[in-house]
Amino acid sequence: MEILSFGKTGWGDELFYATLMTLAVSIMAMLIGFFFSLIFTPLKLSNNKFLNFIANSYTTVIRGVPELLVIYLFFFGGSGAIMYVASIFGYFEYIEINAFITGSFAIGIISGAYSTEVFRGAIQSIDKGQFEAGKVLGIQKHIQFFKIIMPQMLRLAIPNLSNVWQITLKDTSLISVTGLVEIMRQSYIAAGSTRDPLLFYSIAALIYLILTFLSMKLINRLEIKYSRGF
Amino acid sequence: MDFTIMATSFPKLLSAAVITLKLLSLSLFFGIFIGLLFAILRLNKNPFINKFAYGYSYVFRGTPLLVQIFIIYFGLGQIEYFRTTFLWVIFKEPYWCAIIAFALNTGAYTSEILRSAFQTIKPGIIEAGKSLGISNKIIFYKIQIPVAIRQSLPAYGNEIILMMKGTSLASTVTLMDITGVAKYIISTTFKPIEVFIVAGSIYLFMTFLIHNFIKFLEKKYSF
Repeated sequence: MEILSFGKTGWGDELFYATLMTLAVSIMAMLIGFFFSLIFTPLKLSNNKFLNFIANSYTTVIRGVPELLVIYLFFFGGSGAIMYVASIFGYFEYIEINAFITGSFAIGIISGAYSTEVFRGAIQSIDKGQFEAGKVLGIQKHIQFFKIIMPQMLRLAIPNLSNVWQITLKDTSLISVTGLVEIMRQSYIAAGSTRDPLLFYSIAALIYLILTFLSMKLINRLEIKYSRGF
Repeated sequence: MDFTIMATSFPKLLSAAVITLKLLSLSLFFGIFIGLLFAILRLNKNPFINKFAYGYSYVFRGTPLLVQIFIIYFGLGQIEYFRTTFLWVIFKEPYWCAIIAFALNTGAYTSEILRSAFQTIKPGIIEAGKSLGISNKIIFYKIQIPVAIRQSLPAYGNEIILMMKGTSLASTVTLMDITGVAKYIISTTFKPIEVFIVAGSIYLFMTFLIHNFIKFLEKKYSF
């Protein structure tokens, strides 16, 4: 058990910080994903064919291409793209983006495609009468959205968003290929230096299980909260 | 945009697609049997057996596929005794390790899909079989399984696409599938966007084919 103790001789504290890193990346990616779905859900629902096309290609491409490939694109192409944009503004120095930002962005874009689909489905399954009633009562569009549509949409979206969260949490393990020290990377390092991969990868699996278990418990509570009155 | 790199990398990526398809088809093949087995165990009345089946699907769905591959590929080889058994012939190859990990993973998801399909079969169908004097065994094989398979087609189609994306992880255990080759080309040419477009299109094309194939099956077996 000494190998897992906290302190200089054990890997306990390293694994603990790695777990925090995984959580941080997942939450960050989820937020970035929400941001993307905030842009693309209205595009998906709009009547304009061109806007529809843009949003559909985003969700189709991201959901049809392996996550690892997207991560490689960001990892190898990220700083190049930023440097290209910077060079337009007259900045020619080398720019390196850190792995945390690249990773959260890559996973965030993936998670955004899934949450866009979730929000689209949730809004579409709201009764049309709700929109019409809002209109008839002369409620402003944004108030209608925040006070009438959103509360109902959240109730429908939360169970599916919990799936998106699970996918996102598990996808963060892929960022280990970029060298960001999260659970997988830390287990890889520990397995390499102790020559005990079975133990450390099993612990990594256990940590992921605990994380998914706890987040399910938490989300079930949210679900109950938002289903009040139904 | 460098079109020569796109043109030269296309044949390389296309030949790597063969490995991706091999990994996918073999793991789906084994995965269906694992899934069917565990779906049946889940419906077993014995609490010990169905808890075991639930635990299996919970563990494999709750942990990343990457961990599962690493445990099987790096972890199992560490056990001295294991290396002396005949299984070592299979487990020393990254190719088979990847397939075993994928099959176990997709088996867990498939078992959930099939279980819910079994549970949503209308009891009337089974009762009709019973009242016609058909034996329980034949009801199960000739009525329940075909109906369950038909009902789980849409969800299983999604699972095939997820698994196809999952095969990209084989590149982490040295296999040169599409993603593995793409990474190699990117790291030698430093043209990530071009390579991504080519590799991504191959994957998208495969997604498109799978999607349409499942749609075709759904239409054919609709009732």
